[in-house]
Amino acid sequence: MSQHQIEINELVFTYPDGTAALRGISLKIRQGECVAVIGGNGAGKSTLLQHLNGYLMPTSGEVRVGDFTLTSETAKWIRRSVGMVFQDPDDQLFMPTVFEDVAFGPLNLGLTVPEVTKRAMDALDRVGMGHLRDRPPYKLSAGEKRAVAIATALAGLPDVLVMDEPSSNLDPRGRRRLIELLKSFEHTRMIATHDLELVVEICPRVIVLDHGQVVAEGPTALILGDEALMLKHGLEKPHSLKHQHPH
Amino acid sequence: MDELGRMDSPIHRLDARAQLVTTFGFILVVMSYSRYEVAALMPLFIYPVILAVMGRLPVMCLFQKIAIAAPFALFVGIFNPWLDHHVEAMIGPYPVTGGWLSFVSIMLRFVLTAGAAIILVACTGIHRLCEGAARMGVPRVFVVQLMFLYRYFFVIGDEGNRMARGVRMRATGTRALGLRMYGMLVGQMLIRAMDRAQRIYRTMVARGFEGEIHVLQPVRWGWRETGFVMGWLIYFLGARVCNLSGLLGRWITGGMG
Repeated sequence: MSQHQIEINELVFTYPDGTAALRGISLKIRQGECVAVIGGNGAGKSTLLQHLNGYLMPTSGEVRVGDFTLTSETAKWIRRSVGMVFQDPDDQLFMPTVFEDVAFGPLNLGLTVPEVTKRAMDALDRVGMGHLRDRPPYKLSAGEKRAVAIATALAGLPDVLVMDEPSSNLDPRGRRRLIELLKSFEHTRMIATHDLELVVEICPRVIVLDHGQVVAEGPTALILGDEALMLKHGLEKPHSLKHQHPH
Repeated sequence: MDELGRMDSPIHRLDARAQLVTTFGFILVVMSYSRYEVAALMPLFIYPVILAVMGRLPVMCLFQKIAIAAPFALFVGIFNPWLDHHVEAMIGPYPVTGGWLSFVSIMLRFVLTAGAAIILVACTGIHRLCEGAARMGVPRVFVVQLMFLYRYFFVIGDEGNRMARGVRMRATGTRALGLRMYGMLVGQMLIRAMDRAQRIYRTMVARGFEGEIHVLQPVRWGWRETGFVMGWLIYFLGARVCNLSGLLGRWITGGMG
């Protein structure tokens, strides 16, 4: 296995309607690293993320996750090592109870019932939602739904966690809990978000996308602190960095 | 229905296959009666009543669900009294025509079969039911279709509600919405529902879904299941072959005489 958990080389993806969403993206993410992918609407963040579990296949270029290069044959194995948390938890939670939803992934792995139960409960306890196990997901608050959606990804014991806008629709307390939770993980994490303050707190490294290309990459404080770069790509310098004094 | 399906009772603990077989047997027997049969159907009501009681199902909720489908049966039978004037029986001095008898029979059979089907879903939940059907050899494609139909039914309903709210918020009430507008709304709803269905499918695939349905509750066929199926099937056939209502009536009147 290479020292990089995720390696993407010259990834190009064009939607069937001809929209070129990704135009030659290359990036590498080390094991255990937490990287933010930022960019304006339509920059290609979600399209990029969907390649990481083989939901979309590259038009050209290469995506490697762990030991596997993404093909339709290896997608199944890549999905086992990548936990995806989608933007809208209502899409992710479709079973009658929280517990069954979290157990859905492990059940698909063909594990025995005691193993599935243990994994599901461990994942729910990890996000502090064990007490909600018998509740129907549609009755939860936005913060609880998000935490359960993360638990559904954790239950597969992934090496990589990929998240699309994890803090959207959360109230400040829910967002704070999410940040603390994400900080506590040791997985390789890739987070696509517009919440730049969250990026400052969680991710040491950031990748900026614009028009389907990587336009900047580097330490978070350096990239997000570059006001001209941020403005040029439809972003803005986070408030917390504006008031940072050099020591 | 999902919440009912998750309850715990002796009926809920049965293997879904046992309930499926028994319900199908019940429906077949109910459908096999002649169209003027009314009294002979009565003993069959024991089945849904016992299941509802043992399954601890809320009776009002069941009646509501049966009532939703009732208009269909009503329309099937409503014209019979006008079409069939042949006198089939007498209640005291009053003649009862074949039309009325067949109408009552259709309604009774509807209540029995719809009730049994609703109780089946309420006592198993759609996921266990699908898994049971798959284990009985029903082709996977049908089972998955049924599961998705059920799941996306709520998705479409949800989208519809949102659009109706959007229309209400902007409609001034001065002009009725034209047919063309409704056509567009329905088209929009379909597209939105398909989009969401696509997103849900994406999350399922991300978690290893490959067309197989798995449920947590271990399903085991034991002597309880065999007893349940055999007991009820023997009762249904008995009720079909001997007219239990007639026997009971003769026994009572004979006893009185």
